[in-house]
Amino acid sequence: MNSPDQEKPIPSNRETPEEEPVGRRTWLTRAVSAMGLSAAGLIAPSLLSAAEQNHSDPTRVPGRTPSPYGSRASTETAQRLTTATHSLTPHQVLHGIITPSALHFERHHNGVPMIDPDQHRLLIHGLVERPLTFSMNDLMRFPSVTRTLFIECSGNSGKEWNGPTGKTVQDTHGLMSTSEWTGVPLMTVLAEAGIKPEAAWVLAEGSDSAAMTRSLPLAEVLKDALLCYAQNGEALRPEQGYPLRLVLPGWEGNTCIKWLRRLKLGTAPFMTREETSRYTDLMPDGTARQFTFVMEAKSVITGPSGGQRIEPGFTEIRGLAWSGRGLVKTVEVSTDGGRTWQPAHLQGPVLPQCHTRFRFSWSWNGEEAILQSRCADETGYVQPTRAALVAARGVNSSYHYNAIQSWKVDRQGQVTNVQV
Amino acid sequence: MSRCKAAVLVLSAGGLVVLLGGVGIAEEPLRYGFGRPPTDAEIGALNIDIDPTGAGLPPGRGTVQQGTAIYANKCATCHGPTGTEGPKDRLVGGHGLLATEHPVKTIGSFWPYATTLYDYIHRAMPLNAPQSLTPEEVYSVVAWLLHQNDIIPADAVIDAKTLPTVKMPNRAGFVSDPRPDVPFR
Repeated sequence: MNSPDQEKPIPSNRETPEEEPVGRRTWLTRAVSAMGLSAAGLIAPSLLSAAEQNHSDPTRVPGRTPSPYGSRASTETAQRLTTATHSLTPHQVLHGIITPSALHFERHHNGVPMIDPDQHRLLIHGLVERPLTFSMNDLMRFPSVTRTLFIECSGNSGKEWNGPTGKTVQDTHGLMSTSEWTGVPLMTVLAEAGIKPEAAWVLAEGSDSAAMTRSLPLAEVLKDALLCYAQNGEALRPEQGYPLRLVLPGWEGNTCIKWLRRLKLGTAPFMTREETSRYTDLMPDGTARQFTFVMEAKSVITGPSGGQRIEPGFTEIRGLAWSGRGLVKTVEVSTDGGRTWQPAHLQGPVLPQCHTRFRFSWSWNGEEAILQSRCADETGYVQPTRAALVAARGVNSSYHYNAIQSWKVDRQGQVTNVQV
Repeated sequence: MSRCKAAVLVLSAGGLVVLLGGVGIAEEPLRYGFGRPPTDAEIGALNIDIDPTGAGLPPGRGTVQQGTAIYANKCATCHGPTGTEGPKDRLVGGHGLLATEHPVKTIGSFWPYATTLYDYIHRAMPLNAPQSLTPEEVYSVVAWLLHQNDIIPADAVIDAKTLPTVKMPNRAGFVSDPRPDVPFR
């Protein structure tokens, strides 16, 4: 979508209407006239675009003037796939590790609230020495930290428990993204209020219309939790919790409470709906695992991936690997459905609890192939096969599906989601 | 050189602050003086969570009978006339199916704490008007849902005293995180 400033640049004070650059249409008309009819006839087919029949040689037409807030090229079409409650990142068309803020996945439980940052407050109370309330300005005065971290919804790939379901990697792995996050360590702010010795859990609450709440073990989250106000260098996007969200490196996205308004310290978990009825993992014996916070090591080939078509010859296999427990150590790629594996190249920097881009040079011979990636993290943990994961947990646990993803390439080069 | 030494000292002091600030350590960490004490009214306006002890439950009471009308008016459109029809979450029934191929997770079959019902219904329901129900209405809907799930009798009264004592069928159904649980080489 074009923003108004793109179509009608606001003239600066120095630019009077008389001094406006010559319009592109006017310029080209003059230029073509000057060249003469035969010359215009010769260059016209390559020079003129279908959309704007006048001026497509950018070296012959003055370009657009600067704009106050940029937008991508109008020919770029990558977009999130949206439903009523979430949207999915299009990893099949993205590069590197940073997800553009506008394409970061969304998951909210009753819409994205509109919050005035000047009115927003963070309340800290419960088992603290001094209950405190902070304005955004207060929070931004504290010493700050910046980290590049993935956030993955624990429901990412969740439909794959029931067999190959998603058509594209956006369907299967779109509930994860990576941003550079900036904020103040939770530890710094809680120390300001003074943590009482008996405090062991903290309830984090959002100011959306779900008033989303999760209980978090205090000792764990004090290690590295951040109260973030910035994403990729600017204020958080509204759908990412503007003006303040909790970011817990490597933990399931739901715990990273957005639109954060309150932290209450207590002795025990508060047993909210989102940590009992939801976000618990049902096992075949009927028990459910609770407080399954960490997102275990996982990888996926983002290209070639479901819905794409490749040509015989050189194809770079590209993908993402990540682990909530720390660094990705290795990624291996198989083109024969997991019979043989070869190491992929990891693009640096490799950061803890962050997407790592991997690449593997491959020449497709036109025969059927099944492409897979598997990663290992610094703890030695290796991403499991689907069979091993299902053997351990059955197929009804809904969350935390991190099995190896398989993409089948048929003889026409068409890529589809399969499970082997 | 002396500059470097100073930097190391500052860093050490920073590390010390972090260590001393840990849970259960009484030493006073560095404070910046940002923020201000909230008023009781400011805390009260946000302090809506209800934990399993029932702390924070407001005065008031509700009955199954009162809940019948409130559920029909405010909840049935999404959850069905008897709490089983949907289209949104099924709330009633499903007992004994958690360990089968087709588990049904409802309040009766899955939720471990009755207090979560008050907390969640008050904070987030109905979806189009969260926090609009009075305490009496919430208690009543909770009573109706517990009765529909055969957990309390038809003449039960739900209030701040009785709700935390309600024993949910799946109270013992939750275990802690055993991961990594999949063997790796």
